[in-house]
Amino acid sequence: MNKKAHTLLLVLMLAVFSILTGCSSSEETSGNTKKTIKFMHLWPAGSSKQQNKIVTDIIKQYETDHKDIKVEVEVLDNEQYKNKIKVLSSSNELPDVGFTWAAGYLEPFVKGELFAPLDDVLDGGLKESFVAGTTEAFAIKGKTYGLPLELNIAPIYYNKSIFAKYNLEVPETYEEFQTIVKTLAAKGVAPIALGNKDRWTGSLWYMYLADRIGGSEVLTKAIDRTGSFEDPALKTAAEEIQKLVDEKGFIKGFNGLSNDEGKSEFMNEKAAMYLMGSWELPNFTTNEEIAQEFKDNIGYFKFPVVEGGKGDINSWVGGPGVGMFVSENSKVKDDAKDFVKFFVEKWGEQSVTNAGVIPATKVDTAKVDLPKLYIDVLTDLNNASNLTLFADVQMNASVAETHLNLIQSLFGKEVTPDDYVKQHEEALSKE
Amino acid sequence: MNVNNVMSNKKIIAIYVLPALLLILALIYVPILLTGYYGLMKWDGIGKMDFIGLANYTSLIKDPKFWGSAYHSFLLALFSAISLIGYLLVSIILAGKIRGADLFRKIYLIPMLLASVAIAQLWLKIYHPTNGILNNLLTSMGVENTPEWLADPKIALYAIFIPIIWQYAGFYILIYYAALKNIPESLIEAAKIDGASAWQIAVKIKLPLIMNVIKITIVLAVVGSLKYFDLIYVMTDGGPNGSSEVMASYMYHQAFRGFDFGYGSAIGFFLLIICLVVTWVITKLTASKEDVNY
Repeated sequence: MNKKAHTLLLVLMLAVFSILTGCSSSEETSGNTKKTIKFMHLWPAGSSKQQNKIVTDIIKQYETDHKDIKVEVEVLDNEQYKNKIKVLSSSNELPDVGFTWAAGYLEPFVKGELFAPLDDVLDGGLKESFVAGTTEAFAIKGKTYGLPLELNIAPIYYNKSIFAKYNLEVPETYEEFQTIVKTLAAKGVAPIALGNKDRWTGSLWYMYLADRIGGSEVLTKAIDRTGSFEDPALKTAAEEIQKLVDEKGFIKGFNGLSNDEGKSEFMNEKAAMYLMGSWELPNFTTNEEIAQEFKDNIGYFKFPVVEGGKGDINSWVGGPGVGMFVSENSKVKDDAKDFVKFFVEKWGEQSVTNAGVIPATKVDTAKVDLPKLYIDVLTDLNNASNLTLFADVQMNASVAETHLNLIQSLFGKEVTPDDYVKQHEEALSKE
Repeated sequence: MNVNNVMSNKKIIAIYVLPALLLILALIYVPILLTGYYGLMKWDGIGKMDFIGLANYTSLIKDPKFWGSAYHSFLLALFSAISLIGYLLVSIILAGKIRGADLFRKIYLIPMLLASVAIAQLWLKIYHPTNGILNNLLTSMGVENTPEWLADPKIALYAIFIPIIWQYAGFYILIYYAALKNIPESLIEAAKIDGASAWQIAVKIKLPLIMNVIKITIVLAVVGSLKYFDLIYVMTDGGPNGSSEVMASYMYHQAFRGFDFGYGSAIGFFLLIICLVVTWVITKLTASKEDVNY
């Protein structure tokens, strides 16, 4: 008897399940007249509230404008997103629209013909609305495969009260900068916050020195193989890094600290300067969790020029963050492209005011109400003479690994500037 | 139906074993073989695979970075094996009916209950170059140039060994404790009546009786160390400049950072072979003709 009851229960459960699953699948098919665009992004409501809200709003707006289209969204965290995209692409199941990163990250996807070229979307005015150099970062062999959403440059943030306390002025030349470093180090204040366990953080310092000494092209050319990494400027830059380390310019134990740990030294006002992307701006302006007193204390300056160097003070290290791709094998490719175009335009109007994210499209500073630090960065962006993409993004993955490891060794003084450039040249020429 | 009937029917046994067997085959053995197979390919994880024969394996054998990481792994294995002696001592004391043995046992076990990432965060705080407990202690003792624990390539590896060994202490102590508790009380009492000292009882009676357990823990500790990954990945990520890289983290870096899944798979497969060989060697070395039985 008991046994029978159990069996009955089991059968019942199975029946219920099959009805439930049946329901959900029939629901999908009932909307057959609607076309579905599958869209994956990496701004969950929990960790990126404002971005998430903008995305949701844009999708809603698009769906009201296009009654025949339904946008199906899947949201994942950054790291999970990266992994899932790889898994999906190996089984050829990419979403119709998704996010990608520039240059080196993009390459294997383009080689595998998984992303659709978006030049037809850019033609007809859209290209002009982007800041120069941003869509180019998503171009491979003359075709653009991604439309960037974010744009960042890396200034040196500094603590005004520490500077005032030791009578220091914002430096314009690298010599003045070094005087500041030496003064602070002598007084026992850590001059520069750096978390070099992550390695790309140190790469920023190297890239700027290379730019200021050898001009904006020398590093880019060494990477794209029209030049050589054994250029004297690239070696001098490496020597300057080690000089800075010798002068105790960076916080203690920087090679073992993550970027967040390094940053906290700056946020705790224990270190005076911090070179980082403009994505940190909310922390110094709008973030309500951070004391106003501290935020008022933070300014930034451009990386100073090296005397006798070829660099220009308006040349920046930075570049676009994520961009949107359209899957080459999408069944609704044209609608997906239309959606991407709509998204990029709307995003450009809202991202900086609502989420503090600087879009890759041009922003009219006169029309937006923003904290001064933002306006300054946006103005500097408009006056930028050059934008050099982060070195590890420019390189393909395995060379980037070599570069990042060498950066850590260079800062840790385990490799001489000579070997540093030689090993770079070897890795680059092998590809 | 009678249980004995069921157990004597081979077909029924096969049916009952089959689901688990299939799962193990599909989820463990097939992927292992696939890993070995991917190791024969040049593959970035996205595009198509190119068969390149044993090229990945030959360049692996010539790769000084791999052997550097293998050296670190074996060093960890050595340290873990040596620390077993300490665990054994602790558990002999704990099993010797001291007051508060239960409490101590729990204290030793707690690190095991923490997630690896939590342990890593804890020790990152301890090792912090300026705010860490360790360096603050050293400074208050008058040390001027406090070490940069995780940033100094000479000591980073050893600095991570400590939390790793600490992490597993409870596990091994628990195993030894259980084994020691299994020794019949009568044997120990007989020895005591015959006038054996505590030392003699430990070395001549307790150790031989739990020898089998000790052998198993040696294999566990060594093989576990060889494929160790968690704390290294979170605490230093193999850095600075590979000074704390172990085989598993090197595999991860090659496959997921360098987008070289073929080479990563080759490392993974090689790691498996190393573990198998080491296990075999240890069992051969520790094999005794017969088990001690009183």
